[in-house]
Amino acid sequence: MKNSETAILNELLPKKDQLKPKERMAIPPQEMPLQDPKERSHNFNEVALGYNAEQARIEALRCLKCPKAPCVNGCPVRINIPAFVEKIADGDFQGAINIIKQNSLLPAVCGRVCPQEVQCQEPCTLGKALKNTEHAVSIGRLERFVADTERLHGITPSPVKPDTGKKVAVVGSGPAGIVVAADLRRHGHAVTIFEAFHKPGGVMVYGIPEFRLPKAIVQAEIDTLKGMGVEIQTDFLVGRTRNLMNLMTKDGFDAVFLGIGAGLPKFMDIEGENLLGVFSANEYLTRTNLMKAYDSEKSDTPIISSRKVAVLGGGNVAMDSARTALRLGAQEVHLVYRRTEKEMPARAEEVQNAREEGIIFHFLENALKIIGDSEGHVTSMECLRYELGEPDESGRRRPVPIKGSEFIMETDTVIVAIGNESNPLIKKTSPQIETNKWGNIIVNEKGQTSVKGIYAGGDIVSGAATVIQAMGQGRLAAQSIHEYLTAKNQ
Amino acid sequence: MNKIIEKKQLSEEVFLMRIKAPLIAEERKPGQFIILQVSDDGERIPLTIADADSSAGTITLIFQTVGKSTHLLAHMQPGDNLPHLLGPLGKPTHIENVGTVVCVGGGIGVAPLHPIAKAMKLAGNKVITIIGARSRNLIIMENEMRAIADELIICTDDGSYGRKCLVTEPLKETCQRADKPNLVVAIGPPIMMKFCAETTRPFGTKTLVSLNTIMIDGTGMCGGCRVTVGGKTNFVCVDGPEFDGHLVDFDNMIKRLGSYRRYEEKAHHACHLHLGLNQPGEKKTL
Repeated sequence: MKNSETAILNELLPKKDQLKPKERMAIPPQEMPLQDPKERSHNFNEVALGYNAEQARIEALRCLKCPKAPCVNGCPVRINIPAFVEKIADGDFQGAINIIKQNSLLPAVCGRVCPQEVQCQEPCTLGKALKNTEHAVSIGRLERFVADTERLHGITPSPVKPDTGKKVAVVGSGPAGIVVAADLRRHGHAVTIFEAFHKPGGVMVYGIPEFRLPKAIVQAEIDTLKGMGVEIQTDFLVGRTRNLMNLMTKDGFDAVFLGIGAGLPKFMDIEGENLLGVFSANEYLTRTNLMKAYDSEKSDTPIISSRKVAVLGGGNVAMDSARTALRLGAQEVHLVYRRTEKEMPARAEEVQNAREEGIIFHFLENALKIIGDSEGHVTSMECLRYELGEPDESGRRRPVPIKGSEFIMETDTVIVAIGNESNPLIKKTSPQIETNKWGNIIVNEKGQTSVKGIYAGGDIVSGAATVIQAMGQGRLAAQSIHEYLTAKNQ
Repeated sequence: MNKIIEKKQLSEEVFLMRIKAPLIAEERKPGQFIILQVSDDGERIPLTIADADSSAGTITLIFQTVGKSTHLLAHMQPGDNLPHLLGPLGKPTHIENVGTVVCVGGGIGVAPLHPIAKAMKLAGNKVITIIGARSRNLIIMENEMRAIADELIICTDDGSYGRKCLVTEPLKETCQRADKPNLVVAIGPPIMMKFCAETTRPFGTKTLVSLNTIMIDGTGMCGGCRVTVGGKTNFVCVDGPEFDGHLVDFDNMIKRLGSYRRYEEKAHHACHLHLGLNQPGEKKTL
């Protein structure tokens, strides 16, 4: 395999700067090497293995260097994609990562979990020319490659400016919080991150599974932050351990950023949801990822052993839950979604991975009630079939129940993965912070809340979204906080 | 960080620990709890705060050794640091002068009951306290409770101390008095709280119970702690831990508490072998 890649590369490199668009279009798209589905469905190791250097350079040479570069507009943080791709083609991997890091702080994470197919890769001219977005330049895989290459050689932390004497509290250590902390620290402000859990990283640690985002990668990012002098205070719940306002009035913080995530799991509100064997995806994934229940030798946190699992939902979290259940030893995992595959919010790549691993998909079906035995354990679900009707407010066709289509699905474990609501703690303990009717914190165009000096971003502002969107908002808020602190000085 | 200042064994399976935690000591109110871990990858255990001293910056925890993690905790010594301690969590008890309050504590439940009884007394209530355990050596905090209560009734299952009865018997008697209580607070094993609620139901006396369910984060994120209260799902960690006992679906809650019994028993057994402890006897108290 590697020999053929070397051969292709050796053929391309001498004429690399003279390649015509047609020749670039003819270069074979580089597939991501994956763990074999039969093997990976029984382990928690990462599924995607990453490009080698030859593959990365071949893939980079596919870029048409089109003048409009629509990929950049597709990226929520506007990475200069053509420039970093060209560096990869040249074999200058450090140069490539340096370009990415001007805009993005977590390239190893984003390269893995960003939905590139609907962001940078969707408008890619190459994909359009080949009439297949799947054949766009694999920008995410290239980003991941250079980030991983850098990590293997040791990440160089960004330089930090001299101390400004200003203190900022960052509440939550997920993607938004990490970006805010790094950006503000670079400006020379003192930064303390407050995290309620015992390990920093937020959803990247408790939610996204090891097989999709190895925790060592998140840890490396956290270590980089610490290397820059960011303090991380774990086991600290702002709103309970300390009131939000007290951080500014008593503890001397000049500004606060709230990146607390979407924290309250939604349930279906159907009969039987509190039976034994029904979990929120949050609980199922947190037990497995954060508490490491999959490693019963090391972890003291148990997880139920299941035979036949039903996951309700169609997003990335539903895929993560289903694939986790399989790896924990379930014989059958069924994913039940009330619309069709087309409407599923999960990434196509993850749906495909799940299907290859043997997850059984049920479209246009939904649970009506969960049924248990006399001991209170789940034994089955009563489901209903649906058909697609008119589009709803989300633009997706609304599922309409088919009368009399009830049927029973046997199951011993039900995982509810239908999203999160906003955690009400900040709203309850600091009513000055204005929220909308869903409990999301309201911010202005600068990311500032209704209270001066307090900013917010990520899922607590936008509702459940992606890592990169949270990062984008963090970036904006960090810039505003820096301006606020600078103005305060004058 | 989180240094253990003092450790006392209150009975065969019950320990008291005073831990340095200045922020929690300052912010906590009666009814709130903490979550601790004895190691980085250890289980997260919720425990109600029994007492706090904000000037000394310490909190007091009282716990029973029921599984591997609580056994490991009991083996920690003064001077050791608890790796992880998060709190205070949950909503504080609503304290006000309602008239007469009966505080019922079963077994280790007396520990979280104590700060509530104290606050109720300070608010001007007449406080009648009923404490119960399987037998005399399992009665805890008698003196502390006696110092607060206008009336203290002790009962044991085996009659080795106080009256030989379950706590529900004197509870019923207080409800039958001419000056019947305005509020009952019952904290103990789930089955005791269930029967306390059943005892007061015919009298229409408002009965608060404090639930200790399975929990991971304790901040509302996992939903593992959910209970049915008045037909609606509530999260113990953020909506509780206190609820109206007449509305709690105790049967479902007790079943949910048993979700991991198999795993706990295995871990408990392994832990006893590992730590060279005696095999546990029958532990359930009412």
